[in-house]
Amino acid sequence: MSAWPQRRRPALALAALLLALALALPVLATPAAAAELFPQVPAAAPGTECLAPPGEMRRTHMDRLTHRRTEAVRAGIRQPAESLTRCLSCHAVTDTHGQVVTAEDPRHFCRECHDFAAVTVDCFSCHASRPEDAPR
Amino acid sequence: MSQPARRDVLKSLALGGGLTLIVGPVAHALAPRPPGQPADPATRWALLVDTRACKVDCAACVDACNREMGLKQPTDPDFDPAHDAQYIRKVTLRDPDTGHTTAPPVMCQHCAKPPCVDVCPTGASMQRADHIVQVDKHLCIGCRYCMMACPYKARSFVHQDLTDQKPHNPRGKGCVESCNLCVHRIDRGEPPACVAACQRDGGGAMVFGDLADPNSDLNRRLAEAGGHRIRADLGLDTGVYYQGL
Repeated sequence: MSAWPQRRRPALALAALLLALALALPVLATPAAAAELFPQVPAAAPGTECLAPPGEMRRTHMDRLTHRRTEAVRAGIRQPAESLTRCLSCHAVTDTHGQVVTAEDPRHFCRECHDFAAVTVDCFSCHASRPEDAPR
Repeated sequence: MSQPARRDVLKSLALGGGLTLIVGPVAHALAPRPPGQPADPATRWALLVDTRACKVDCAACVDACNREMGLKQPTDPDFDPAHDAQYIRKVTLRDPDTGHTTAPPVMCQHCAKPPCVDVCPTGASMQRADHIVQVDKHLCIGCRYCMMACPYKARSFVHQDLTDQKPHNPRGKGCVESCNLCVHRIDRGEPPACVAACQRDGGGAMVFGDLADPNSDLNRRLAEAGGHRIRADLGLDTGVYYQGL
């Protein structure tokens, strides 16, 4: 037979949970811990300007790319400023050897978020994932 | 109300006629298309190959195409002609009676009535407004019906995973691809890479131009010396003409 009476067990579990939270909260509140929890999105190249604020780009980039790709391929309407090539150019990530990483590398700009969100994109099975003139 | 003088009416008619003569039909010269503008449906981009100026042992067009589009060169040690993509092939023709040999380049013939587009189940095989036939690889499922339908063996299938493709020619495993007349170059006002290389390093056998523009160099040459289209009997109205075949 258990040392605790049956009816007091839920109260005990709640107390344990609150204690665990109280211990964990100060740790989570530090910037270092937050950085580990959320994707560390690399900054874009200095001097570049995105099409929309980051929050809007996070929500709409997939629609923008799909819309533009159809226009570009099928109608021949080219918008260099809104192309995938331009995204990859401004958001190129360099490794410790000064080489621009491809989508094979988890540090790649697209992968930082997509790995976190567990979303697999197949853009880079056909498209180059780094600028053509990038050091490699 | 005063009537216009007969002389004025005649003068205006003459002026109008003169303007019509000067302006003529709308010419579609090769020029960069501004961002946001669609391909022009009044244009029909086409090629003319003068096989008499095309040397049998010259492959400047093939090399330039492979470099421009990020394909393997036939001289690469790991090149596999059965599986690796080829947008242009030099096809050697020998007349057994005379022994006369020519080796014209054969690529997608950019048919006005393309059978690849007819058979494509997803709409990936498509014709752009300016009559360039190409594959929208976003829609291609790799069924290869188009490869079977094409009488010119112009299409290739990508069998392997690829990396570091050319940004202007995205290509990957499981998609069919072919010559698209270098749409990326045409859109920025440059001729296809094969034509530029033939003019620079080859015999100047290839001419690129607008079939819909009666003043184009291509149409002038066709009017002077005529031209043949491969398997014209199929009625596909191809956009690649050959002279000297």
